[in-house]
Amino acid sequence: MSIQLRNVTKRFGRATALEPLDLTVADGELLGLLGPSGSGKTTLLRIIAGLEQADSGSIHFGERDVTHVHVRDRRIGFVFQHYALFRHMSVLDNVAFGLTALPRRERPSRGEIQARARRLLEMVQLEAFADRYPAQLSGGQQQRVSLARALALRPDVLLLDEPFGALDAKVRQDLRRWLRHLHDELNFTSVFVTHDQEEALELSDRVVVMSNGRIEQVDTPETLYRHPANRFVFEFLGDVNRLEGDVRDGELTCGSARLAVDLPPGRHELLLRPHELHLSDAPSATAHLPVQVTAVAPVGAEVRVELAADWLAEPWLATVRHADFEHLTIQRGRRLFVEPRRWHRFAAVDQQPADQAVTA
Amino acid sequence: MNTLASLSGASSKRVLPGFGLSLGVTLLFVSLVLLLPLTSLVGQLSQLSPAEYWAIISAPRMVASYLVTLGGAAVASLINAAFGLLLAWVLVRYEFPGKRLLDALMDLPFALPTAVAGITLATLYSGEGWMGRLLAPLGIEVAYTWVGIALAMAFTSIPFVVRTVQPVLEDLPAEVDEAALALGASDTLAFRRVILPYLWPALVTGTGLAFVRSLGEFGAVIFIAGNMPYETEITSLMIFVKLQEYDYAGASAIASVVLATSLVLLLALNVWQGRFVRRLHGGNA
Repeated sequence: MSIQLRNVTKRFGRATALEPLDLTVADGELLGLLGPSGSGKTTLLRIIAGLEQADSGSIHFGERDVTHVHVRDRRIGFVFQHYALFRHMSVLDNVAFGLTALPRRERPSRGEIQARARRLLEMVQLEAFADRYPAQLSGGQQQRVSLARALALRPDVLLLDEPFGALDAKVRQDLRRWLRHLHDELNFTSVFVTHDQEEALELSDRVVVMSNGRIEQVDTPETLYRHPANRFVFEFLGDVNRLEGDVRDGELTCGSARLAVDLPPGRHELLLRPHELHLSDAPSATAHLPVQVTAVAPVGAEVRVELAADWLAEPWLATVRHADFEHLTIQRGRRLFVEPRRWHRFAAVDQQPADQAVTA
Repeated sequence: MNTLASLSGASSKRVLPGFGLSLGVTLLFVSLVLLLPLTSLVGQLSQLSPAEYWAIISAPRMVASYLVTLGGAAVASLINAAFGLLLAWVLVRYEFPGKRLLDALMDLPFALPTAVAGITLATLYSGEGWMGRLLAPLGIEVAYTWVGIALAMAFTSIPFVVRTVQPVLEDLPAEVDEAALALGASDTLAFRRVILPYLWPALVTGTGLAFVRSLGEFGAVIFIAGNMPYETEITSLMIFVKLQEYDYAGASAIASVVLATSLVLLLALNVWQGRFVRRLHGGNA
């Protein structure tokens, strides 16, 4: 079931939570709402759910206008960050709750309810825990119960509010992948909120980046990462290194640093991703950016290297492959030269036009 | 091995300081304020033979007073369970002008001398009182009947329900409520199956405390009860009567019945609640 929001706004007292916004979620899509806290993403999700009422605008699920439909009649499943399980009920009763709350006419028999709840628990691989109480489960298990509970009524739309926010990193990874599989299998339309860009990029079909109650960009993770619409999106999606300097005759200088750029003369700020920095022993023809290694941290497939220099206001971060790391014998105090493979630039003031270039 | 030994050595010493002193002072206080009077009570009892003891506590007038007291306390605590829950609900869930004042008023029955409450209630509900005059044409008599007794008991014990339910209700996350609604539950169903079970332990405890308190209530009740033998005499009044007759042993005998009933009830409440809470917070249910 698709979701269409038209001209939706929301204010809390004098503060604007959502500026007028339009958004369409396609049938069967897994959409991520990404933004810093206070960006309005949770408010937007709660408005879709009907837990919050929009001040204006309309919401449609498919052809159905649900703008003024109460949350209990919207046919949504909602998963809360802190699970919100009914802790005086067994796991099975939690999952069965939605079915037992149906009006008598539509309610399946007691046996049927039990059987369906058990099937849902199998789906989330918790059939062995049916008779336990929520407090006896781990956080990840509780969140799976909460998901099974939300899916019990076969909702038109599944909404998840920071579903993995309260879990530790490893569990979060597993659950993320598991949710993606479940989604591909059952193909429900879902919207989830997260402040974790990695989670949004890994899990979503499309990502909505929000800030200050506005939608900054809606795109697939790949487009979003490669072609950010503005500086906010670029900075929010990953670590950023800044280089500010004066450009003259196609060369940007900043203290002792020099970089060949194809830019008009004047002051410019370039943004560089950590993985777009190449480290070497000697300066190249186009780049003379001397730095010193101040910290080294091997993380997974890459090594994170912190770089400092007197021409840098704040240290840079570079990620290098282990092979390069060993080849260059990187260690703290080592002097190296940076050669950017790519850099980005956004018009500083209005943040509107995006500009990109590739050097060398 | 070394670390193990040092660890077990450390565990014999408590990390939290002040255990000896604080427990000592606590026990001293309990002894002086609770145990000493209780001991003298038992001492008084020892003047009675078992047969005499039984004769005193099973006298018909006594049994009638038990029934009046238990009945009044039961009605009072049921009323308080309902209204106390409602009051706690209103105080926690809604914002309205005068909320702080209402919240403070909840403690008034604790602060007010119970005799003052009793006299006020008796004046209000007697035949010439404001409320009494309104109720008399309807055939409802409050003062000098068991209704008055229940009313006085309800007045003095309502804070117990409100003050035990209120913090638990404050802890109930709104999400739990929302989860039930998102699953299609009606407001009443969400209340009955999600919120009420959550509040249940606190509500039962509060009601139990109110009941026990009502069993021992004296000052507020005697002014409105009328104190007619076999009809509106409460047990604590019987103790008072015995004392006025200088029958200390008899007074102690009756007091021991009230005391035992209260203790058993409080203990039962504690055990039951402990079991319930364990289920909510994990452990092996």
